[in-house]
Amino acid sequence: MSQLSITLLRLGFLVLLWALVLSAIAVLRADLYGTRVTARGRGRESRREEARAEKTASPSRAATGIRTGSISTREPSAGHLAVTSGPLKGTTIPLGAAPVLVGRASTCTLVIDDDYCSAKHCRIYLEGERWMVEDLGSTNGTYLGNQRVTDPVPFRSGDVVRIGATSLELRG
Amino acid sequence: MATVTDVKVRTGRRSELGLLGLAVAIAVLARGLVDYHADFLELDELAFYAAGWTVVALAIHLAIRRWAPFADPVLVPAVLGLNGIGLAMIRRMDFAYASRGRETDFGGVQTVWTLLGIALALLVILLLRDYRLLRRFTYTAGVLGIIGLLLPLVPGLGTEINGARIWISVFGRSLQPAEFAKIAFVVFFAGYLVTNRDTLALAGPKVLGMRFPRPRDMGPLALVWAAAMLVQIYERDLGTSLLLFGIFVAMLYVATERLSWVLVGLGMFGFGAVLAGTLFSHVAVRYTAWLHALDAEVYRSGTSEQLVRGLFGMASGGLFGTGLGEGRPDLVPYAESDFIVASIGEELGLTGLMAILTLYVIIVQRAMRTAIGTRHGFGKLLAAGLGFAIALQVFIVVGGVTRVIPLTGLTTPFLAYGGSSMLANWIIVGLLLRLSDQARRPEEVTA
Repeated sequence: MSQLSITLLRLGFLVLLWALVLSAIAVLRADLYGTRVTARGRGRESRREEARAEKTASPSRAATGIRTGSISTREPSAGHLAVTSGPLKGTTIPLGAAPVLVGRASTCTLVIDDDYCSAKHCRIYLEGERWMVEDLGSTNGTYLGNQRVTDPVPFRSGDVVRIGATSLELRG
Repeated sequence: MATVTDVKVRTGRRSELGLLGLAVAIAVLARGLVDYHADFLELDELAFYAAGWTVVALAIHLAIRRWAPFADPVLVPAVLGLNGIGLAMIRRMDFAYASRGRETDFGGVQTVWTLLGIALALLVILLLRDYRLLRRFTYTAGVLGIIGLLLPLVPGLGTEINGARIWISVFGRSLQPAEFAKIAFVVFFAGYLVTNRDTLALAGPKVLGMRFPRPRDMGPLALVWAAAMLVQIYERDLGTSLLLFGIFVAMLYVATERLSWVLVGLGMFGFGAVLAGTLFSHVAVRYTAWLHALDAEVYRSGTSEQLVRGLFGMASGGLFGTGLGEGRPDLVPYAESDFIVASIGEELGLTGLMAILTLYVIIVQRAMRTAIGTRHGFGKLLAAGLGFAIALQVFIVVGGVTRVIPLTGLTTPFLAYGGSSMLANWIIVGLLLRLSDQARRPEEVTA
């Protein structure tokens, strides 16, 4: 082999080495897993855009963390949960058969960032044909109308549940 | 308010395959260059070598697809790339020694160790389906670690090589049990700290805005410190003692988030190091060789000769190196094991050495990312501890060779000649694969 090709191979080896390093880093850039947190302002903007796109407000899908397939709004019991006051005002969550967990923890279906809201605040679930609301030992309490919820109580269409500054209404 | 969404997990298995291809190409090209410059190049043999690497890489890839489908895609290619360069470099040293009339077969032996190591890593992901099982063996691991450290002191079993008593001879081969003890200790620390972190983090007086631990909670730290110091004294193994103590302090910090532990730990180690330096001559010699390496007197006495030769080697490599097989790394004693970093610095230059260090950074970063992604406290500590084990080991070796810290005998993971180190580090890779597989696996939706 000529001296030139030897030099080229020598430098080529270094290039190959860096190719491995840089492509490994490129793979890492695309390697996100876990959960993605969207700031409220941005979330609201995209929410408006989405709301414009389809009439039913739809951040809920993103907020639920449940795959779209698992929620079917065409089920007989379907209705939705609307946030009528508080930081999330305007949000609706389509209700399927799955229970809805409300709280400050990121694992909740509806995440409320409010100092008066506990990490796992309350649960809204389907029992037979009726929706029930149950307090999960929250510090500041869950109120159905003016009554503080202790044991699970039925949550009828039109009722309002209040958690800190947030009000939730069952519709449909 | 923030909304939280799940991100779709990419398993990255295809990216892994691509990166593995690159790693194999590096290993084969490295060997080709080495053989060519030793006038030993036979294309048939090189093709066989390439085929062998391809088969090994594919086997690892398929095994991961089968048993740890969500494992980290970058880990194995980075390790395999390092390993390939290490094998080529060790083979290159064989040629260099042969030309000076010293017949060695480090390269062949190391190839066998590599294959064994890979087999062990795959065995780990095959047999250990859930890393949480390891937590049951917290104290067993602690005891095994201590036994491993003490084995070389057993008369008849332990052997002393070059003044350090860290080897045991088994089946005619010498093994360094400390390498395996390292993993056992990480498991023990993780299990111990996940149970006791709250006491260690929250109780104790506050001084200068930092919460210092209560004296009675210092027990384990004192114990590990004592063990590290005893190893340093009786086995004359500075590297391992630094490594073990460093891992423990790092894991304490990860578990408690208290900077005070790091300060206490560093203080204790500094105290121990100074004490050892004044009490024991073999430690004092190391310090002198480090601080006054280029003094003519110190060099002539032979204590800093190896270090200085390594520095000159790296200097002659310059920015782009002399080229694989074209330098004279064999002028440095132990150029295939302790000083392989200097050999690589000479032949691949700063550019190559930086690439290799970046590969280590990537490996350690993946361990830390796994620790963040894992949902279980024990897993977090285990992943972080294994990451720190590799990071500290690289720092101690490269820092020693480049005269940042005193030179201590430790092996460069995946590069240096040494069976125990190769096996132990591949076991770490297996554990990290299993941990990252469980961290990245999407959670079953049970809402």
